[in-house]
Amino acid sequence: MSEFLMPSLGADMDTATVVEWMVKPGDSVHKGDIIAAVETSKGIMDIEIFEDAIISEILVSVDEEVSVGTALAILQTETETEEEASSRPPPNSPEPSKPEIEKTPSGSVPTKAEAPRTTQISPAARQKAKALQVNIDRIHGTGPKGAITVKDVKNAATKTDHQMMRQTIAAAMTRSKQEIPHYYLSSTIDLTDTLTWLARGNTERPITERLVYAVLLIKAVAGALAKVPELNGFWIDDAFKPSSSINIGMAISIRQGGLVAPALHDVQDKNIDLLMAEFRDLVTRARRGRIRQSEFITPSITVSSIGEQGVETIYSIIYPPQVAIVSFGAIIERPWSVNGRIESRQLIKVSLSADHRASDGHRGALFLNTLSNLLQNPEKL
Amino acid sequence: MNQNKIKSAVLTELYAIAPELEDEEVSADINFRDQFDFDSMDFLNFVTGLHQSLGIDIPEADYSQLLNLNACINYIESKLPKPA
Repeated sequence: MSEFLMPSLGADMDTATVVEWMVKPGDSVHKGDIIAAVETSKGIMDIEIFEDAIISEILVSVDEEVSVGTALAILQTETETEEEASSRPPPNSPEPSKPEIEKTPSGSVPTKAEAPRTTQISPAARQKAKALQVNIDRIHGTGPKGAITVKDVKNAATKTDHQMMRQTIAAAMTRSKQEIPHYYLSSTIDLTDTLTWLARGNTERPITERLVYAVLLIKAVAGALAKVPELNGFWIDDAFKPSSSINIGMAISIRQGGLVAPALHDVQDKNIDLLMAEFRDLVTRARRGRIRQSEFITPSITVSSIGEQGVETIYSIIYPPQVAIVSFGAIIERPWSVNGRIESRQLIKVSLSADHRASDGHRGALFLNTLSNLLQNPEKL
Repeated sequence: MNQNKIKSAVLTELYAIAPELEDEEVSADINFRDQFDFDSMDFLNFVTGLHQSLGIDIPEADYSQLLNLNACINYIESKLPKPA
């Protein structure tokens, strides 16, 4: 038997609320399966399991907020014998058809000291709260006798998510500017031929397999990092810890405000088509608030192309403990000198913000020059 | 398919990409990019959705004819087979 604990999903996280269980006692699960969704200050995250096991008992019910390290479920790992398993008391039988009943706090499960409050909520509002993954305990009802209405749920969904995201961004960015001695470099890259190459390729592809230029930027960043690995990793305990794989956090803006930066993993090993499929999936899920825990904790560098909406240059702030962030502005058509003649070309400005403790400007410049060369030879990416 | 049906098909695809827009008024002649902060990935997902739900082919060269709601409706009408 082992316990499945509430994982820490970031240094600033103390508690999280279970919003959904995807498994029930008796289910067998495999390494990498998503077994629950929890809500943290970063939004809703899917929690993966890291071993093959059978779910023996679920200890924390939906809507319960618990601290990091709290046991969420009891697992029977597959190496255990039947005897060991049968010596345990039988698991609580699940009754998924009944409405959620507040669990009585038991000795082994730390719960909040306060008694669960009863909430007046209409079935429609409860359903909406579930769909929007809003914790109803946090909602102030405006209906009769303080009952929670559908409108209250909708208001709460945008407000609390937004406020929590602002707090997370505030904490990370303040820490970054207080701790990290940033240096900034920038270059202009002529993307005209690359975009022509991309458009030509896309005419031959079905709609579902077309590429967006951002995926070329991501792949080129990975290529340039192979040459300048001191930008890919973490600054922890006064030392640089390089990352063996290139996990690129993609800054994705959320329409209601704020942004998230979940990771594309092992970019160095993936071809353009696979990256495109994964990037597309990541953007779609990020905007719906469904990001996997492993996508949040492992970026080894961040790439921002949120300048696509119109600004020329972005000077980003590093997300600690990462040591660099690469930012792309919008593609802008401008006069540019090509072989001694002035032509109208499609230009993009790229900037590198890097941690001067981990690298120097000379190496940063090599990174940007390599990136520029790679981007201008997209067929080799 | 009349204009109203096309409009509702377009709105369905918009909401699939941006569920939070469902309560918002969609202006017929303001570009999606300015109205909803659409980026190129959103736009590709939108075009893919139209392709899958309506069965029309939309070459990348035609993207500039799909920038707002009115333009979308007119473009799709021109691409759908005419009733006999």
